[in-house]
Amino acid sequence: MTKDLPQAEILDPSKPASLSPADLLDVDKIRPDFPILGETIDGHRLVYLDNAATSQKPRIVLEALRRFYEHDNANVYRSVHTLAARATQAYEDARARAARFIGAARPEEIVFTRGTTEALNLVAAAYGRSVLRPGDEIATTVAEHHSNLVPWQQTAKATGARLVFLPLRADGQIDLDAARRLIGPRTRIVAVAHVSNVLGTVAPVAELAQLAHAQGAVLVVDGAQSVPHMPVDVRALGADFLAFSGHKMCGPTGIGVLYGRYELLEKMPPVLFGGEMIEVVELEDSTFKDPPYRFEGGTPNIAGAVGLAAAMDYLDGIGREAIHRHETALTAYALERLAQVPDLELYGPRQVPYGGSGGSESVDSPAPGGRPGANALKTGVLAFNLRGIHPHDLATVLDAEGVAVRAGHHCAQPLMRWLGVQSTARASLYLYNTPEDVDALAAALAKAKEYFRRVSG
Amino acid sequence: MSLDDLYRQVIMDHYQHPRNRGHLEDASVAVALHNPSCGDELLLELAVKDGRVQEARFTGRGCSISMASASMLTEAVRGKPVAEALKMAENFRQMLQGGPAPENLGDLASLQGVVKFPMRIKCALLAWDALEKGLSQAGEKACPARNEVQNEENDGRPGSK
Ligand SMILES: Cc1ncc(COP(=O)(O)O)c(C=O)c1O
Repeated sequence: MTKDLPQAEILDPSKPASLSPADLLDVDKIRPDFPILGETIDGHRLVYLDNAATSQKPRIVLEALRRFYEHDNANVYRSVHTLAARATQAYEDARARAARFIGAARPEEIVFTRGTTEALNLVAAAYGRSVLRPGDEIATTVAEHHSNLVPWQQTAKATGARLVFLPLRADGQIDLDAARRLIGPRTRIVAVAHVSNVLGTVAPVAELAQLAHAQGAVLVVDGAQSVPHMPVDVRALGADFLAFSGHKMCGPTGIGVLYGRYELLEKMPPVLFGGEMIEVVELEDSTFKDPPYRFEGGTPNIAGAVGLAAAMDYLDGIGREAIHRHETALTAYALERLAQVPDLELYGPRQVPYGGSGGSESVDSPAPGGRPGANALKTGVLAFNLRGIHPHDLATVLDAEGVAVRAGHHCAQPLMRWLGVQSTARASLYLYNTPEDVDALAAALAKAKEYFRRVSG
Repeated sequence: MSLDDLYRQVIMDHYQHPRNRGHLEDASVAVALHNPSCGDELLLELAVKDGRVQEARFTGRGCSISMASASMLTEAVRGKPVAEALKMAENFRQMLQGGPAPENLGDLASLQGVVKFPMRIKCALLAWDALEKGLSQAGEKACPARNEVQNEENDGRPGSK
């Protein structure tokens, strides 16, 4: 059941705390699932707010890894013994699990990769290089993570295609009016992040899919920051490719997914050659397996896939709509708390929900479950600076209070330039974060200001 | 892990009142370095003549540790023979790897506390990476036929002593 967000409450500035307890998860029941949250940092409770970099792992995932290695471990496909059969079964079950998780039509649309970066490189190298001709266009934005920009730059260079940047509105959201003009007959590929890892903006993916498809182009979605946090259905969104990482969604590092519509995967040549991706190998040439196997040369991260499937079970056990609702409520609260910190500059939208695309001031329907790709919500990614304090220095002082945030350019240097900053601090939320974590951040920020005032004499 | 070990007064002083910030008209080498993980940028300019670092200036943007380290560096190597400047870089590096603070480091010894903050060591080393790169470039460039460069006297810019 989709519960409506308490939109009025969140937007009403007269209410001091927009926190709507009904939207929050019972985090007291969730936190014990994550052993690492019991760590103390220099005597302080760990307040982990670096989830956009990587999430923590629940015990159930750690146990799945352990169980696999203790009971089922073997290489996949290669042997006929019992363990090989179990390992192969577990690996293929994980593929089917991932397909279900994102609404793919069939398991063979799931290619296991090391993560988002490798998945995007695979599309750029295999799909991009085979379809792009000189003068063709790849539409993307300045807000992309480097992993959804640099591979396209390389592909553009190799093919003679051109990069076209869809402009952003002042709040960082893609300007759909401009996108309508810029996505044209030369556009072959539109590649965008579903959720920005700096601004937390949710791209109007479904609309972009329509624009791309109307021109016969494909839509490549970087789902690294969306798939972990909200329901994502590739067919509802119209995504032709979707990339995401296991480690940002409670899964292990070193495993991720490239989803591709099967007829597109079929057009793609392999880029990694070797064991288990071939059909017949002659001395001078070879033939290759069908997708997805032709893209998984070498021994894959079998245990990682098993762990990722466990993470998907875990997230669905709690419910991705519930997780999204929790994070949205917490984000609204965090925005309110951060707005009270003097000298703090926040980048990106300052409200959830906020004005939809198309330049109007109206607030889109937030319904997170109904239209997960709708551009109505800001997610729990909060980039900011405190005036006069370099984000690195800030992060060090926050760390001394047990508050883990990221500081830097977040692998988004063009976006930093667009924002007119060199770097920012970034706090990012997940299902196990609480209003108390947000309070701890606000308190630590106040302390940091005080600290630098003191040491600066 | 005390913050005060990291943010010593002298470090904050260099951060807020950087010495030798700016450009050199007669730079023999200019090295631009950039810490790709945090985005810090540094341009170090060196005037090297007769086997000595005559002057060092820097510009850039970065955290207190990287900027203070650069500021201290420019003071420390000024007038030093190249070999001595390189030795100083080596000593500084060793200190940041947990070695003792050598006596001749002056203000730079205040950066010893960075050892306890492993994620910040790169910040402190940025300027020194630039120095070593610059001195090796200057060494390659140096040739006896090189025109005599007018040796600038104290120009009264802030920080020049
Ligand atoms: C939006 C976005 N895209 C891509 C990536 C790259 O993910 P990975 O490092 O797991 O390949 C990240 C993570 O840092 C991200 O936030």
